[in-house]
Parts: sequence; C-alpha cells; structure tokens
Amino acid sequence: MVRKRPHLVEALTAVSLIAAPFVLPHLGFSPTTINRILVWGLFGIGFDILFGFTGLLSFGQSAFYGTGGFVAAYLLTQAGFPHVVTALFIGMIAAAAVGYLVGLIALRRTGIYFAMITVAIAEVFYFVEFNPLSNFTGGENGLPGVPTPTLNLGFTVIHFNTDLSLYVFLAFWYFVGIVIALRIVRSPVGAVLSAIRDNPLRAAAVGHNIHAYKLTAFVIAAAYAGFAGGLLGVLQAFMPPDAFTFDTSGQLVMQTAIGGTGTLFGPLVGAAVWLYLSDFFQTTLNLGATWKLVLGVVFVLLVCFLRRGIVGGLADLWQYASGRGARREAAEADRNAMESAPIDHEDTPVVQFTPSPRRPAAGTDDAILQAHGLTKRYGGVVANDGIDFTVRRGELRGIIGPNGAGKSTFFKMLTCEVHPTAGSIKFEGRDITGFDVTRVCQLGLTKSYQVNQLFTRLTVRENVTIAALAEKRGPFRLDLLRFVGSVPGLDERVNQTLALVHLSGRADLPVSELAYGEKRRLEIGLALATAPSLLLLDEPLAGMSPRERLETVQLLKSIGRGRTMIVIDHDMDAIFELAEKITVLREGSVLVEGTPEEIKANAAVQEAYLGGVHEP
Amino acid sequence: MINWANFISQLFNGLVLGALLALISSGLTIIYGTLGVLNLAHGAMFMLGGYAGWLAYTYTGSFIVAVIAGSLFGMIIGVAMERLIIRYFYARPHEDQLLVTFGLGIVFVETARFFFGSLSKTVPPPSTFQGITNLGFMIYPTYRLALLGIVVVALLVLYFVLYRTRIGMIVRAGIEDSSMVDALGIDVYKVFMLVFGIGAMAAGFAGIVNAPVVSISPDVGEAILVQTFVVVVIGGVGSFPGAVLGGLIAGEIISITSMVNPGYSYVMLFVAMTLVLVLRPFGLLGAAGRE
Repeated sequence: MVRKRPHLVEALTAVSLIAAPFVLPHLGFSPTTINRILVWGLFGIGFDILFGFTGLLSFGQSAFYGTGGFVAAYLLTQAGFPHVVTALFIGMIAAAAVGYLVGLIALRRTGIYFAMITVAIAEVFYFVEFNPLSNFTGGENGLPGVPTPTLNLGFTVIHFNTDLSLYVFLAFWYFVGIVIALRIVRSPVGAVLSAIRDNPLRAAAVGHNIHAYKLTAFVIAAAYAGFAGGLLGVLQAFMPPDAFTFDTSGQLVMQTAIGGTGTLFGPLVGAAVWLYLSDFFQTTLNLGATWKLVLGVVFVLLVCFLRRGIVGGLADLWQYASGRGARREAAEADRNAMESAPIDHEDTPVVQFTPSPRRPAAGTDDAILQAHGLTKRYGGVVANDGIDFTVRRGELRGIIGPNGAGKSTFFKMLTCEVHPTAGSIKFEGRDITGFDVTRVCQLGLTKSYQVNQLFTRLTVRENVTIAALAEKRGPFRLDLLRFVGSVPGLDERVNQTLALVHLSGRADLPVSELAYGEKRRLEIGLALATAPSLLLLDEPLAGMSPRERLETVQLLKSIGRGRTMIVIDHDMDAIFELAEKITVLREGSVLVEGTPEEIKANAAVQEAYLGGVHEP
Repeated sequence: MINWANFISQLFNGLVLGALLALISSGLTIIYGTLGVLNLAHGAMFMLGGYAGWLAYTYTGSFIVAVIAGSLFGMIIGVAMERLIIRYFYARPHEDQLLVTFGLGIVFVETARFFFGSLSKTVPPPSTFQGITNLGFMIYPTYRLALLGIVVVALLVLYFVLYRTRIGMIVRAGIEDSSMVDALGIDVYKVFMLVFGIGAMAAGFAGIVNAPVVSISPDVGEAILVQTFVVVVIGGVGSFPGAVLGGLIAGEIISITSMVNPGYSYVMLFVAMTLVLVLRPFGLLGAAGRE
C-alpha cells in the first residue's frame, strides 16, 4: 500500500491538520487544548520510534522534554536570544546530546532494567532542575515570559501570538516532524529498528550493530522530545518545571499506549483522547481531581483489552473490513496446495551472491576455517576439549555426535556467540577468536539456528531484507532518509534468496502465518541473505516431517553448490547423503573424521551411538 | 569542618532508610525474580499500607493493630491484583506488564487521593518509643532506633521464610527457573500468588512502620519506587541479598549527601548506579541472564 501511494499518509495528515481547527472546536475542544495536543503528539512521535518501533519502553522521556524546553526558554528569556525557531533547534540539539549520554548508560541493559534506569535518570534531571541549576531554570517557578515566534517575510512580519496563529506554527512543525518520522521508519534504519524489536539476538547475528541502532532511536526520541519541550514553553509563554516530572513521562507513555504504539499517529490520537477527557471530566462533569482516577481506570482497561490502542484497533478493523480475512483464507488454501506439491529442485537456481566490496577479500589459502585446541568449560563441565578442526573452501562438511557431544557449543564458538576458554579460530586466514557475532557475520561467517530465530511480526520479504541489509550496508549506517528499496542490489539479493529457499510465493505473508517447514527454510534464508562465504547450519532438519526432511536435504544440496557449509544434524541418513566429509564428536572431542563410507564402517562410531558396550 | 555528632546521626539515618529500602526492594525483587513481572505499582502498595494502617490507627488507637492492618491490606491488594489482572499478563510482553502495573499504580494513588485528599496524614509512634534516647555518643529519636530494629526483624523473618522453609525453597527455585518448578508438579500459579502477596505485604508493612517518620500522602510511594529501582539495579535483580546490600548503600548515599546538600542526593545515587552498571552490569550480587 505504501509502495503504491508513497505520499498518501503525508497528504492525509496535511489535510487533517488544515481541517482540525475548523472541525475540532465543534466537538468541544478548546483552542489551547488543540495546541497542546500537537505538542504532545510531536513529543510522542519520537517516543513511538523508540517504543513502538524499537521496543524500548522508556519512562524517562521527561528528561529530554525538560532539557529541550529549558534550554530554549533560557536562551529566549535570560540570555536575550532573539530568534525563537533557532532557540528551539538549539534546545533540540541539547536534548539530543543529553539523550546520547543517557543512552550510553541506559542501553547497557534491556527490558525492565532499561525501564528502571530511565525512570531513575529522569528523576535525577528533575532534582537537578530544582536545586543545583535553579539559577538558570527558575527552580520551582520555571521560566516565565517565553516570547511567541515571528516570521519576517520582508514586506510584512507575521506574529504567531493568537491561538489560531500558534496553531499554524505548531501544526507546521508537527507536519515536518511526521514527514521526517515516516521517512525514518521506511528507511533501512527503520527496518533494522523493527528487527531489533522483534528479535535483537538475530538482528545482531545477521550483522547489525544493534547497540548503535538502539542509541540512534534513543537520540531521535530525545530530539523530538527536546523540540516539543521548546514548543511547550512557546505555547504557554512560560516554561513549567513540571515538564521534568515523572508524571510527564507517564502521561506520554499512557497517551501513546491509548492511541496505539508503532503507528506514529498513536501519540497524537492518545493525547487528543486524554486531554479531551480530562477537560470533559473536570469542567463538564465537575469531577475535580478524580479525572485522573477515571483516566487511570480507562488506561488499565485499554491495556488489558485493546493492546494495540485506538489507531491499532482501527487498523485491524479496516483490514478486517477490507477483506484481508478472505485473502488470508485464499493464501491458506494456496499454501495447502503447495505443501502437497513436491518442490522441484531441478528448478532451484544456482545463485552465487557477490559480497559487497566492503568485505575483506577472501583468503587464498585452501582452508577457509581452522580451529586449534578449541576448549570450552562451564565451571567444572568441559563441553569442548581441545578440538582441532579444518574446513576447506567449497566443502560440505557434516558434524554428528550423540546428544551432549558438544556440537552446539562447538558451533557457538565458531560463530563467536560464546568465547572459548582456550584455543583459537581462524577464518579466511584471520584470527577471529574473541570477535562478536555481528563482526564475524560481517566477515562472511554465519549460522542458521537450531530453534527458529525469525522476526516474527514482519513479513517473509522483510525478514530476508533485514539480513541482506546488514551485508549491503555494513554493521551500522545512518541513512535515515533513504527508502529501503533504493539500497543498490538489495531487491535482487532478496528475490534470489527467496527463490533459493522456495519462498517467493510467500514473500508478503507475515512469518506467523507460515507452516513450520517454511519457517525452517526462512531460517536458512536469513543466513543465506548475508552472503556468507561459510554457512553453518545447526540441525536444519530438526522437527520436520519425513517428507519435509527429504525436500530440505535436496534444498541443502542445491544451496551447497558453490558454497562452503557445515551441517550439524541427528538425521544420519541426511548427513551421509549430504556431506563429503564427516566429523564425529563425542564427549566434547573429535572421535573420528572421514568420508561417509569410512564413518559408517567405523567401529568407534558405532559404539558411540549404540552405547558404551565395551566401556568399563 | 565536619560536625561529627551530625555525621554519625546521618549515618544512622542512612541505616534506617537503607533497611527500609532493603525491605521494600526485597518485595519488588522477589516478585520480579519469581514471576518475571516488574511491579510499577509497588510504590503504591507502600502508600496503601500506610493509609490502611493510618485508618486502623484512627479507629483503634493501637500502633500494633495499625501495623497488622497495613501489612494485611498490602497483601490483600497484592493477591487481588495478581488474581484479577497480573496473571493474564504472564504470557504477554514485558512492556505490557509494565504498562498495566503502571496504570494500576495510578489508579491506587488516585483512589487514595479520592478518599483521603492530598493532605498528608501522620501516625504518631507508639508511646514506648516516643521521645529521644541518649546513646552516649549521640542523641537520637527513639522511634527511629526502634524502626531500625523493626525493619531488621522483618528482614530476618523474610530471610527465614525464603531460606529456611519449604515454601521459601520453592520460591527460590521459582526465581531460578519457574517452568522447572511447574514441571516438578508444584502448582506454580499458587506460588506466584503467594509471592505477589508476600512482596506486596513487605511494601505495605514498610509503608505503615515508616509513617511516624515520614507522613503519608498519595504521592509518597513514587519517590520510594524510584529509589527502589536504584537499589535493585545496584544489588542485582532477583537477588534478596542484593536488595539488602543495595538498600543499605542507597540509604547511606542519600543520607550522607543530604548532609552536604539535599539537592544532590539523587545525583549521587545516580552516579552510584552508573558506576555499578559500568563495572558490574548485572548488579553487585546479581547473576547474568536473569533479565
């Protein structure tokens, strides 16, 4: 939809913003309420990028709202700074800078820790505003006398000093804010942010520097908050100290949740509902202070029963009404048809991905991977003990071993998910011991997981796109305003990968609607899309039906053409069919290595699998 | 120019505040550790315990009845909250849990405001503990000394329950791995309810025993909640000993900084938290992976 009508949302927003001052007063909104809604809406855009798109719930946005507001207000009232808009931008930059520093600390942890840390940090800002900095901020009095903006057109000067003219001023900045935010969420950065929300582990494993992206989202949110804080001062002609309170952060969180997260417009709708109801309860129903109790109850009910908020609920309703349900059924029937039709692997294209020039040139030596004395101890348990392991370029290696032989630990060490206690790993002639997963993937070594690690709320195409983006753009890049589709070579890579794993017909389905076997293929597709020069597959056949196994073995064969792969699996027949050479692990060490025939005939292997008949 | 008498009494204040924070944080941290839910309404539980106790006190005039009422009310609210709402959120993302407990916290605070108004309420200390005591090296309010004793006893009881009883063993096992506890044939949902009750009771108890020192108002829980977060981050999430250590550290930092300039107490608290996050990201006594 977005692709076909790229500026529809922007156009609708512009029309709504123009219509609002004429329509809303008839619904009982006062002019100041409308203006306040815009400020909260703008504040919330940044927060929604942080929470709705990146999955980071911060209860400390007041820190940046207040910082931006007070810096702008201080410049305008105390420092004699003449130009309002410039002061707003300086406030925004200050808030973004503060956001960067706070983000460095708060983003050391995720989840509830992150929420707790942001609360604590915001509280510090509140106290700093009140005490140590009260000479600058006016302490509990705030900063009165913030001037209204003017626009000098040369022949005349426009003063934004009435409710309506201020509305024009605020609506303009809201519009700018939403246009930029829409660009950001449709940019490669936006795609990576939603990948981080869905599955940070995999986002890092396909080669994205997720810490840098999270920090980016945090700084963006702080910048929006800072600018909105400045507008608050302009709107009220006074910068209130309660911009810094925990209540401010809380109200933002609640408004965003009420309106709907991950929609960008949710905060605006939520603010409209919140401010309208609070006016209504206080002035029409004369509830006094009880309005907050009623709103609290409303909020709890919304979180319980309408988790995607008002905008999310409306979007669901719209999709339901516009017959997506019917399409879904059609897709279901289609899929069933596909499942019963065997995949013709003769059709599988032989595709060699050309890695982007950023990647260091492949080594020339015959061995692509060499591990020496690889050892991993967990306390007293030795998972891997002194493994020596070499894989040649172009080889398809199988690894087998009984449960507990240390296969998965071994793979995790090769992909640098865990670091060895002793030993070293060389990949393409480079010592990668101690690297992290992201860096190793960027060098061309990645893995498909034993348990699916997909971006579950995204479509198949978006999943593959995210993996391909990491290889095309490198671990981190700030192309915030570029459209995802315009990354050179991206579409080609995505389409080829989809064709390779036979998911071209499923490209636009959400992952949650795929059959299990299809998810397994997508899991492999994610790894493939990063154009690895060495691909590790951790039990690619796990949990598959016998027929899916047969199909997947064929698939792996076709993928293996022209690639170097290492496959772990419990399915002996599959490994014997696939691999040119097999390594057998037992009790954390290499038991034997050889061709499938040698392994089949090996007495030690038979003993390892049939149980220690001859062991004392 | 340090006033030593002042310094020592501030050290004691820090100890009292620290013990109190340790108790409240223990409640928060065992709930999080076992259920995986960070209860943002925990500060409100502290506040509700105070009000319930105050109400009981105004009717009976007995401090002991007030303490029992405050603790029980905290527990009842905790259990009710778990049964009616929280249990439907175990399978939902952490963010939803944060949102709903945050909303409940507001509902509790505003309910208290609705019934009791915004003016603060005081509960006088029991007659035995009124006045001041001369300790030889300093003169100190008797109730604060008693409060230290009361809270330490409460912490010991909590320790005993957690580490020396069968139920405590199950709870600690639940903190390590609640699905394993479930698999062992123990009804883990009953344990969850119990833990939520105990955690909320700890907050309610703290709310009423602290009432003679800091008067009760609807917003009293908010500041406590923030301090509790710092305690948990410093001590390590899900760790009872961590909560105690973190509580004492936070209490002393607040008190000693207040002696110089109260405005900086939060800044210093924040500096301590940052240091811990940089040097030991999982908290002083926390374990990696418990997140």
